[in-house]
This record gives sequence, C-alpha cells and structure tokens, in this order.
Amino acid sequence: MPFLRILFVRLLTTAITLAGVAVIVFFVIRVVPGNPIAMMLPPGATEEDIARLSALYGLDKPMITQFGIWIAGVMQGDFGTSITTRQPVLNLVLGRLPATLELSIMALVMAMILGGAAALTGTRFRGGRTEGAIDVANGMALSVPDFLWGLVLILLFGVLMPVFHISGRVTPSLDLPFTTNFYLFESLIRLRFDLWADLVAHMFMPALALAIPLAAIIGQLLKQSLKETMNLDYVTLARTKGYGETRVILREALRNAALPTLTLVGVQFTFLIGGTVIIERLFSYEGLGNMAIDAVINRDLPLIQGIVILFAVIFTGVNLIVDLLYTVLNPRLRHG
Amino acid sequence: MSFLSIRNLSVRLKKGQPLLRRVSLDVSAGEVRGLVGESGAGKSMIGKAVLGILPPSIEVTEGEILLDGVDLLRLPPALRRKRIGALAALIPQDPLTALNPSHRIGPQITDRLVDILGWTRANADARARELLSEVQIPDPDRVLRSYPHELSGGMRQRILIASAFAAEPKLIVADEPTTALDVTVQKQILKLIAGMQTRHGTALLFVTHDLGVVSKVCQKLSVLYAGMVVEDTSVADFFAAPRHAYSAALLAATPKYTDPAAGLQPVPEAVIAAVQAEVAAFDRRAAHG
Amino acid sequence: MAEAKAIDGRSLVRRRAGLRLWLSASWLGLLCLVALFAPWIAPKDPLAQDLFLGRLPPFWMPGAEPGYLLGTDSLGRDVLSRIVHGARVALAVALIAGTITCLIGATLGLLAGFLRGWVDMIISRMIDIWMAFPPVLFSILLIAVLGPGLVSIIIAIVVIDWTRFARVVRAEAMAQGAMDYVASARVAGRGRPGTMVREILPNVLPTIVVLLTLEMGIAVIVEAILSFVNLSISTDDPTWGGMISEGRTSVHQAWWVLVFPLVTLFLTVLAFSQLGEGLKDRFDPVLR
Ligand SMILES: Nc1ncnc2c1ncn2[C@@H]1O[C@H](COP(=O)(O)OP(=O)(O)OP(=O)(O)O)[C@@H](O)[C@H]1O
Ligand SMILES: [Mg+2]
Repeated sequence: MPFLRILFVRLLTTAITLAGVAVIVFFVIRVVPGNPIAMMLPPGATEEDIARLSALYGLDKPMITQFGIWIAGVMQGDFGTSITTRQPVLNLVLGRLPATLELSIMALVMAMILGGAAALTGTRFRGGRTEGAIDVANGMALSVPDFLWGLVLILLFGVLMPVFHISGRVTPSLDLPFTTNFYLFESLIRLRFDLWADLVAHMFMPALALAIPLAAIIGQLLKQSLKETMNLDYVTLARTKGYGETRVILREALRNAALPTLTLVGVQFTFLIGGTVIIERLFSYEGLGNMAIDAVINRDLPLIQGIVILFAVIFTGVNLIVDLLYTVLNPRLRHG
Repeated sequence: MSFLSIRNLSVRLKKGQPLLRRVSLDVSAGEVRGLVGESGAGKSMIGKAVLGILPPSIEVTEGEILLDGVDLLRLPPALRRKRIGALAALIPQDPLTALNPSHRIGPQITDRLVDILGWTRANADARARELLSEVQIPDPDRVLRSYPHELSGGMRQRILIASAFAAEPKLIVADEPTTALDVTVQKQILKLIAGMQTRHGTALLFVTHDLGVVSKVCQKLSVLYAGMVVEDTSVADFFAAPRHAYSAALLAATPKYTDPAAGLQPVPEAVIAAVQAEVAAFDRRAAHG
Repeated sequence: MAEAKAIDGRSLVRRRAGLRLWLSASWLGLLCLVALFAPWIAPKDPLAQDLFLGRLPPFWMPGAEPGYLLGTDSLGRDVLSRIVHGARVALAVALIAGTITCLIGATLGLLAGFLRGWVDMIISRMIDIWMAFPPVLFSILLIAVLGPGLVSIIIAIVVIDWTRFARVVRAEAMAQGAMDYVASARVAGRGRPGTMVREILPNVLPTIVVLLTLEMGIAVIVEAILSFVNLSISTDDPTWGGMISEGRTSVHQAWWVLVFPLVTLFLTVLAFSQLGEGLKDRFDPVLR
C-alpha cells in the first residue's frame, strides 16, 4: 500500500475515533445527576436564578441542539466556557497541558533509562543469577500499577527518607519568572538551575511511579530482542574481531534490537499518559488530570468535555505518529 | 612450527554429548588446509573453537589450540580476544547476515583496525579503500558509505573478504564462504580468496563440502567424521590414494573424480558402519580413562 | 546422563512457576476466607469510632492499646478490622466485575475475530474509541453519572475494561480461524456458531482464563482508585482504597493507617497478576 493511502486511511479512522469520543463524553456527562448551575450558586438561590444561568450556558436547550452548538464551536477552536471558573475551556486546558506533558515525558525518559539499563545488564549477564534477579524485578514492576507504586514511593522517599516533595509541582513560595507553563524546560533555558532542581524534586516521584511499569515492559522486550540479536552472524563476526561482550552488545546489537521495542513503546506511552490522571491526583501535581478530576467533582461539563477530547487527541495522535514512523522506518511495509 | 596447531581438542555440549573427539590438525604459515566432512561432522565447530566463538552451551573438555605458539585456551578471555582479533579473522558463510544492517560498510571494515589495533581513522579509511579495490569493487567511496541492504550478495561477500584481510591476519578461517552465493558468483569469490591468500601469504583453514574446491585451493586436508579426524594428509596424496575407507568413499561419492556420468554416489552403508564403530570404540576408550 | 540433566533443568523452571502459583493462590484463598468470615474474624466493629483512641500505633510500638493490633485511624477505628471488612468489597468487585467483563469482552472479541466483516468493523471502531479515553478519568466520569456504590463500580469496570478481552480474543480468534482445522470442521459440515463454540473457543480459552485473572487484579485497583478519589462506596464503609486515601493525608502523623491497607492491596494485586502469569506459563506449550 502506498504511503499516502496508509496515511489517508489512518487519518480517517482517527477522525472517526475522535468523533466517537466527542459523542460519548457529551451525552454521558449530561446524564450526571446534580445540576451544575445549582452547585455553583450559593445556597438559597432561587429557581429563577438557576434558570437564568442555565440559559446563559445554553443548558436549557434540547441536548441535540446543545451538541450541535458545542461541535460547531469546537470546529472553530471554541471549547466553551468553564462553569466553575468562567474562563474559556481552551485556555484552562492548554494552561495545564504543559505540566502533564513535562511529567509524561520525564516519565518516558526515566522508563527508557531504567528499562534500557535492565535489558542491557540482563543481556550482559544472561543465563546467570543477575538475569534471574532482573526478571523477577521486571515481573514485580509489571504486576503492580502506577498508582500503587506512587503510594510505595511516597512512603519510601516522602516519609521514611524524605528526600523528595510528595505534593505539588513547585514550592509555592518560590518566585517564578516563567512566561510559558513549560516550567522545567524554561528553567533550563533561563539557566535557573535552582528552580529546575525544585521542579525535579517535585516531579521525581510521580514520574518514577508512572515510569516503573513501562520500564519493566521495555526491559523485558528489549532484553528478549537483544538476546535474539546476540546470536546473529554479524554479532559473532564482531566477536572474532576482538570486541568484548559489553562492546558487542552496545555497538552491534543495541541499535538493531531497539527498533522493534520502540514501536511498542509508542503504544505503551499512551497508557502512561492515561496514568497521569490518578498519579497527578495522588501527588497533588497541578496538571490536566488533576484538573479533570476536579471538573468531574464540580460537574463542570464544558471543562470535562474539553479535557477528555484533549486526551483523546493526544492518544490518537501518539498512535498515529507511531504507526506512521513504523511505516517509514520499515521499508518492506512502505513498498509491500 | 605451525602457525595454528590444534592438539587433541575435545568439545562437548555442556549436557554431555561429545561434538569434537581429540581433534588434532596443523596449519603452517601461508598454507591452506581444507576441512571436509558431512553436515554435522563438526567442521564449523573447529573454526569456532579457534576463533573463540563457541556457543555458551558448549565447552572444551581437553586439548590446546596454539595460535603462533600460545595456547588460546589458557589465556584469560580479554587477552584471548585481543590475540585472536590481531592474528586471525573469519570469512563467514552467509554474506546476507554477516554484515550489521544498521552500520555503513566503511566502519564495518575499519572497526577492528581503529578499536582493537589502534590505527588512526585516516589510515584505516585509506586501508579500506585500498582493500576494496583489491577485492575488485568499483567505486569504493560510494560502497564505503552504503548500507549492506543496498548491495548484492556477491558484493557483500567481497566486502567481508576485504574486512577479513584488513589487519593482515596470519590465519583466516573461511567457513564455506561460497555456499550461500549464486553458482556464477561462487567461482569468482573462490578465485578471489585463493588469490588474496597467495598474495598476502595468509594461512587458511578452509571449511567446505566440495572436494573439487579442495583440489583447487588446498595443500593439506583433514577429513572429519562425527567430530573425529579420520584422515590428515596432503591433498595430492588424498586424491592419489585416500588411506581411510571413509575418505575413499567420500572421494568416490564425488562424481567428477570417478565417473562423471554416475552422478552422486551415497557412501556405502558398510563404510558408515565401520567408521561409526571406530567412533564408538573411541568413546569407550575415553570413558575408561 | 544428558537426559537426566535436561529434565532437571525443566523441572526447576516448573517448580519455580509452581511455587509462584501456589503462593498467589494461597494468599487469595486466605483472603476469600477472611472476606467470608469477616464479622467473626474482625476483632472490632469496623465502623466504631472512638475519638479518645484516635491514631493508636500498632501493637509493638509504645502507646499501643491492647486489642488494636494494627493501630487505629484518626477517628479511632480499628485498622485491622477495617482491612478485614475491606476484603469483602475488594473480592466482590474482583470476582463479579472480572467475570462479567470477561463474558462480555470475550464474546465481542470472539464474534469480531470469527465473523469478520461488518461485525468486526463496528467492534473494532468501538475498541478504537474506547482506547482513546484515559481509563481512570472514564471510570471517575461513570461513577459521577451512576452515583457511588458497589453496583456502579462494577458497571464502570465492565463498561471500560471489556476492550482488554475483546482486543486479545479477537486477534487470537482470527489467528485460529485461519488455521486448517477450522476449515476442515467447516467442510465436515459444522455451522458457523458450532465452529465458533466447538473449535475456536476451546483454543482461546487458556488466554481468556489468564486475562480474567489479570482483570480481577485490575478491578481491585480500580475500586481502590475510586475510593481514593472518594467516589466509591460511602466514605464510612471500610474499603482499602478509602483507608489509603485517609492514610495518605495523615501519613506523617500515623503511617500505619496507610501502610497496612497498602501492603494488603499490593499483595493482592501482585497475587492476581502472578496467578495469571503462572497460568500463562502452565498453558504455554513450550514450557509444558
Ligand atoms: N549451538 C549449538 N548447540 C548445540 N549443538 C550444536 C550447536 N552448534 C552445532 N551443534 C552440533 O554440533 C555438531 C557439529 O556442528 P557443526 O556446525 O560444526 O557441523 P558442520 O560440520 O559445520 O556442518 P555443516 O556442514 O552443516 O555446516 C552438530 O551435530 C550440531 O548439531
Ligand atoms: Mg558448518
């Protein structure tokens, strides 16, 4: 199949998926009991007040009409106004997105480092106790989800040996000179390493909790792939040239073994991003997921819709990119 | 004094099954020794033992492998690797799998020179270009920058030959270097290897199934059966009058040397039975002491 | 001799896998017993508050009160008794939600993978859409819609997690459907539903069982997460997630309120998943 055709088909299915998400989230949250308007007004507000505000937010119209208005707005980049904060949903969501992105990417990097190290060590000492220990650790890390790892980390590094912060994104008393919400990134650009260190000290545990299960997956897949690669002819040939085991693994095997693993990491990365919702809650990290839970609790319908759509866009986008990358990197698929 | 001298080398699966049974053979400097035997006889195993690439499931139980007088089996692993890398090289069987798909050709020829032998990059690059013209590859500069999948099987085998000769090794192990190639290319590659061997004066351990090739390239010959050397002789003597019944049958099985019309003859069962009895007797002796 | 060694090596692998299965199964069995007999086992009333006995430490620490083995929470409720009663909720959710999810997801996956065509089209698109939702947020949303309570949690888990079964079973059914024995069954005159149930289902059953075990572990976690964000059962009822949520806020004053339910939850999730992995090894023809 030619590349353009694959691209077209994938774009189409992505569009269908996003439309499906939009429909489901819109109608599901409208079944939520509890009138959001009544919740935001002070007690003692009259029926009239409620009706007036409902009309203001368009909540008095039939559901189908509301959906049409919302979708028309979304198409123009208008996601409506948050009921609790009365700010445009788009601004709120985009304001929180950098925090979640930074957390996810930090977690991804940690997972790759940890998983890569486990796989390389396991391959280097394959067949021995070290590999056995790594397998057991991987199995454990994989069996227990990020939420529980987060709690374990809080106990270990927040209480037992309090080296990291267990809540928030940054120490509130600090004076932040940032113009964007990509704090971690900007602190580096501005060479404010003091702020960077504070940000990392907050981000470390939530990122690690998200990273542990993914690290285990990377560790397992990459180790398996490496071990298979180590039996190939070109690796054997490199040994006869005088290279030692470690250098053979790093020079000859790693790059070829990494490609199949990378494509799987792409899909797993969306699961990691999904995990930020509860992990951000657990660590009171001011990202998208934490805002989402608040939005549900406050029945802030436009905000919930906006966040869910944004997550769906991120997920499908990551999957799309990974699929296309795979097609590009694999010449056989491109021409076949 | 031979450059490579294998003495009583026994190798077995760690689970116990013997694969090589007290193998002895010598390759003098500049000499070509053929290694023949049916599939599974252990020909490649000998090459792997010499080059220090026996699979982890396999262990050496006795014997020595003297490379330029030093027993490789007694050297610590790091020194052994260095010594083999400096003195010996491998021309592998399948050129399609023996090049790393994610590295360019250039570094795959020069890596040993730079990383192990400490050449400067410029010298190594010049050497690679020189080698590519020697193995008759047109446009060496383009080829050095290519990836393996952009080249044909014959080209890749030429590159592997160039790479094997890069460090001027004193010994090359060629493990059926032409079986994976087109028939038309096989002859050219064989000629190339023979020519390079003569010019560089490299000792060559040549693993093959093909007695025709042996007659053209080799001076000495070892015939292997079930990991046992049944005949060790000069090529001239072998074709004149093989001493062992098994080698005689092997020779008879190769049509060109008897009656071209007869086609490939199977080795007679009686001969197989006799040589298997020899192997069994050997194992009994080994078991008793 | 060679033979003997080979068998030795394999039995070692099996013994280790066996140990894992055995340990997980024992923990889960113990938990089932505890859940069944909770009212008799629990030393105290899990709901009884006593503000004078708030934040008592576990028995080995100074200041501990006899009878409160694992200490008390800020309202003076016995931690051990709450864990024991929490097992009821956890296991109920695991068993009920896991089974229903499995039935629905596996059926849809089987239909999609075996029938192909428009059935597969629709089910696959639905799976795509479901995969585009962040699962935790989705479950929180559903609980907000359905209102808190055990039934809501079970429904939420089923609605969200059926895709786990459908995806895998669909792929397996497709692979099985392409095999010769299925074609020959058809030739031999078996109808489509017959082929699906008699030929395909038995071959994907091991996978389904493994997935079911894993799903039970996931269900326990989902319940804990929902309790943690205060959306599970009513906040008084003892659930592990609810206890963890409370313990998280007072972790510096009374670590035991967090640690004991956390350890229980951790072991339970680990046991479900190790049980699944152990079963997978058992079913794997290579290892068997
Ligand atoms: N990695 C391995 N593990 C176990 N046994 C092996 C391994 N490699 C080779 N063997 C066994 O060792 C014996 C000798 O193998 P070897 O590869 O040396 O044969 P060969 O003479 O080179 O045969 P061919 O002509 O097919 O290449 C065979 O019986 C083979 O089954
Ligand atoms: Mg061979």
